[in-house]
Amino acid sequence: FLLAFPSITLIRTVRFLPLFHVLISVKGPWIPVSLFLVYKIKTQMDEEIDTRKINNSFLRDHNYATEADIISTVEFNSTGELLATGDKGGRVVVFQREQESKNQPHRRGEYNVYSTFQSHEPEFDYLKSLEIEEKINKIRWLPQQNAAYFLLSTNDKTVKLWKVSERDKRPEGYNLKDEEGRIRDPTTITALRVPVLQPMDLMVEATPRRVFSNAHTYHINSISVNSDYETYMSTDDLRINLWNLEITNRSFNIVDIKPANMEMLTEVITAAEFQPSQCNTFVYSSSKGSIRLCDMRASALCDNHSKLFEEPEDPSNRSFFSEIISSISDVKFSHSGRYLMTRDYLTVKVWDLNMESKPLETYQVHDYLRSKLCSLYENDCIFDKFECVWNGSDSVIMTGSYNNFFRMFDRNTKRDVTLEASRENSKPRAILKPRKVCVGGKRRKDEISVDSLDFSKKILHSAWHPSENIIAVAATNNLYIFQDKVN
Amino acid sequence: MFPKGTKRKFSDSREEPVAGGEDVNQSSLAAVRMLSSYSLQRQSLLDMSLIKLQLCHMLVEPNLCRSVLIANTVRQIQEEMTQDGTWQIMTQALSAANAAAQCSADRLVATEVLCRQTEAAQGEQVPKPFPVVGSEGCPAEEVLEEEEEAAAAEVGMTMSTVSPQAPTSYLPGTFGMDPCWEEEETGEDDDDDDEEEEEDSEECGSGSEGEERERDSLVEDTRTAEQVFGTFEIKNPAPSPDPALEELFSDVDASYYDLDTVLTGMQSVPKMGPYDLLESLSSHGPSPLSSSTSCRSDLNELDHIMEIIVGS
Repeated sequence: FLLAFPSITLIRTVRFLPLFHVLISVKGPWIPVSLFLVYKIKTQMDEEIDTRKINNSFLRDHNYATEADIISTVEFNSTGELLATGDKGGRVVVFQREQESKNQPHRRGEYNVYSTFQSHEPEFDYLKSLEIEEKINKIRWLPQQNAAYFLLSTNDKTVKLWKVSERDKRPEGYNLKDEEGRIRDPTTITALRVPVLQPMDLMVEATPRRVFSNAHTYHINSISVNSDYETYMSTDDLRINLWNLEITNRSFNIVDIKPANMEMLTEVITAAEFQPSQCNTFVYSSSKGSIRLCDMRASALCDNHSKLFEEPEDPSNRSFFSEIISSISDVKFSHSGRYLMTRDYLTVKVWDLNMESKPLETYQVHDYLRSKLCSLYENDCIFDKFECVWNGSDSVIMTGSYNNFFRMFDRNTKRDVTLEASRENSKPRAILKPRKVCVGGKRRKDEISVDSLDFSKKILHSAWHPSENIIAVAATNNLYIFQDKVN
Repeated sequence: MFPKGTKRKFSDSREEPVAGGEDVNQSSLAAVRMLSSYSLQRQSLLDMSLIKLQLCHMLVEPNLCRSVLIANTVRQIQEEMTQDGTWQIMTQALSAANAAAQCSADRLVATEVLCRQTEAAQGEQVPKPFPVVGSEGCPAEEVLEEEEEAAAAEVGMTMSTVSPQAPTSYLPGTFGMDPCWEEEETGEDDDDDDEEEEEDSEECGSGSEGEERERDSLVEDTRTAEQVFGTFEIKNPAPSPDPALEELFSDVDASYYDLDTVLTGMQSVPKMGPYDLLESLSSHGPSPLSSSTSCRSDLNELDHIMEIIVGS
């Protein structure tokens, strides 16, 4: 069947130190892919390679330097004005959308770097003789309440609350120190003056406001801010803890699936999220493919679920890898809060909260990999954790795949498309065309065969603007931003 | 004509080949071939899984989810093999082999001695290098230094000369599992602490290795070395089970020792045992694909690591 795919045209090219981006615009019916911005976040200067510890490794070559640039999380804030990315080197880069100008309405705001800061540093756990990676696992924005922006960022063990604020004035005219900050000789002071605020160049500063540490024995995989805007939860492999944003020395354990005997461990928690409108409800997913919905009003420790979402296994597809590919890598509530989306290795499923027995919809992301599971197990790709995202209206869902492909599924029309995030496609006036993987037999032109897929290029993290058709896709150490053009 | 054995995908179930109009003998032969091919695949999956469990990230804590999934896969295979009866046959054959010849123990002791010699030859205090290289090239690369790599290569080669039938220098993954997800608890019951400390000291190289900890690579090597060699002493030939090591598959009680004997037996005498049994079932050639390819791949990976460390 033929899909009417939009064409993408380049509006302009902009060079931006130390990043560069290419702007492409597309006009489209239902596929929202247009303005295309490429941010190559590379190590800025050589000295950064030395100061940044990368796994305390003895081996330092260029490959390792860039490994720290691998983007590990992408998240829009609640208005979509800001986009945050976290990388393997513990840094957070925040982009801000340019204000749209009246005289150039055809060009919508593009994202520019707003702030960069080192969120987490590598640590060494002396008790266990193991290193704690500085890789940012998740970033979640807090809803904006004043001029400053707040976000939570976490690595394997510690969650931090960062405040990103602007400063465009500074006090001048101190009595005891001069403009450069040097202490004035008191004998030279003959008159008193009141310091006044003078305008200065805009400066964006990021300061850590809270550090929530020492609450997790296992690796944190998710954080989720509650709709009460007072609490949030952090999830590791076996436990979920509830925090108050103001209190760092105490957290409440609300889920604990650690067995008394660790040999009996067969299931771990893979992701968790609060329901967007009910502050007492949350879900968590497991490595066995089940999702549990819990109500915090029922008991302090939510080990007993209120609902269990699980699809019975298809006996015809049973293999030794069935359990591994059923492990859920991401769970996301729809914006409405009525639906739940889960991602396992080969599919994306949409669940209705009112129906626990089976998902409402199942979408095949890359079913052609089903016959390759043994090889994917061998090279560990079968353990890749792909994320999935809803669009603002919950009508389109998106998730990543290999070879820098990402897939979009329109829930209403049941159409889907495969797109590629690559430098080759981001030429000026280039058309971003849909890609197709051929599963055997005659390979048509422009199709790519399954065996030619590059499994080292995987799109694990992506984000969708909360209200507009703007998507951010992380492909290893590159960030691609796509946007649709509205005439 | 003999029906061609098609390369079976692992997710395929055991299907009987279509034998329409052919000899009963030929079809049963093909069926047996299919079955043994499935068994071989299953066996290679088991080996692969155990190797993956063995190769814990030495610098960073291993991914618990991944370890759990692999362990579940191993259990699944083991259960199926137990149901098949293949498991019992395997363990019986191997225990017979082990009981008959003390050579396996000697061989293992010899490798350890050899490692110490190579270490002395190095002239520096390099802990026994671990010859294990896996699909995760990254941690291996991070851990090994140039000298250690040379030692590892030497050891690898030494081991292969000593036990020519066991060029794979991988070890039973059972022991590797423990440090993967045994965590130190903060204020949990003492039993757990004791167990963890025990296996930590044994496998994770903490405690006495304190002063070496500054040299991260050494820490990992000590740990892996102990994993690699320390467990041999325990497991051969009279198993007095270390409670820490008993953790894995304790729910499969009786089979635990069997699994262990199987694995250590396979280390020393891989050509005997499971593959012999399967050969007797089918008319396959003498060298099973999986073991030779895995041996080759091990050496290749070792070479690859050496290149990365020394060369580039």
